[in-house]
Amino acid sequence: MAHGVMAPSYGYGPRPQAQTASNFELWAWLFMRISGIMLVVLALGHLAIMHVINTVDVVDYQFVVDRWTGPWSAVWRTYDALLLVLALIHGLNGVRIVVDDYVSSQAWRVFWMSLLYVGGFFFIVLGTLVIFAFTPQK
Amino acid sequence: MQAQVSGVLGRYTANKLGMYAWALHRLTGIGVIAFLLVHIIDTAFVMVGPELYNEAMALYKQPFFRPFEVALAAAVIYHALNGIRVTLIDFWEGAARIQERLFYGVLVLFALLFLPSAFIMLRPLFVR
Repeated sequence: MAHGVMAPSYGYGPRPQAQTASNFELWAWLFMRISGIMLVVLALGHLAIMHVINTVDVVDYQFVVDRWTGPWSAVWRTYDALLLVLALIHGLNGVRIVVDDYVSSQAWRVFWMSLLYVGGFFFIVLGTLVIFAFTPQK
Repeated sequence: MQAQVSGVLGRYTANKLGMYAWALHRLTGIGVIAFLLVHIIDTAFVMVGPELYNEAMALYKQPFFRPFEVALAAAVIYHALNGIRVTLIDFWEGAARIQERLFYGVLVLFALLFLPSAFIMLRPLFVR
């Protein structure tokens, strides 16, 4: 039996009920919608600023220094942290749903869920740490 | 009746427009999260120092990388627009009835946003 790990979805009809009474999937669904709407603005904005208005050719260490220590540094660090955290959780939850759909062996499901939670924690900590702890080097 | 998990792929042959929208949504989503993980690592290089960070950025600046950058833009733009469509369908019954027309709307908006962006991103490769 699945202990907290989702029961396999067979791709037809509603998703299987969780074994334990929990609204986790409802909140996960709502989070995907709310973060999704915010990411439309944040991610498309990031893309427009970094790849259309600027180009990768101008992005270097000095670019990061100007962005994260200039007069608008608080705005940029907040923008980047919000984009990072929302995109990462949104994306990893998406992967969780894909795993739910395609991985049916209980052992592999446990493997993937562990990887997603441990990996997700690592990337969120690393990413936010970089955004807020950055100080320019000479 | 429950289909086999492996039968999921069989649904692509149903030739229903919404399934292509769904398949593209998954594909672009997986692509974007994969790049996001790489991007978190390369950005973390700023903590090591200018040399390593600039070396990593130099890789992105290679001409061969530009098409991947354009593909990333395509993936993000499609995923954003179709995500709005999915959200509309979830919260508004009327949207579910016109989901195919909404998909055409997604494609039109995609072209309007993506084509000029791709042009601007690719032009430096051809014009000096």
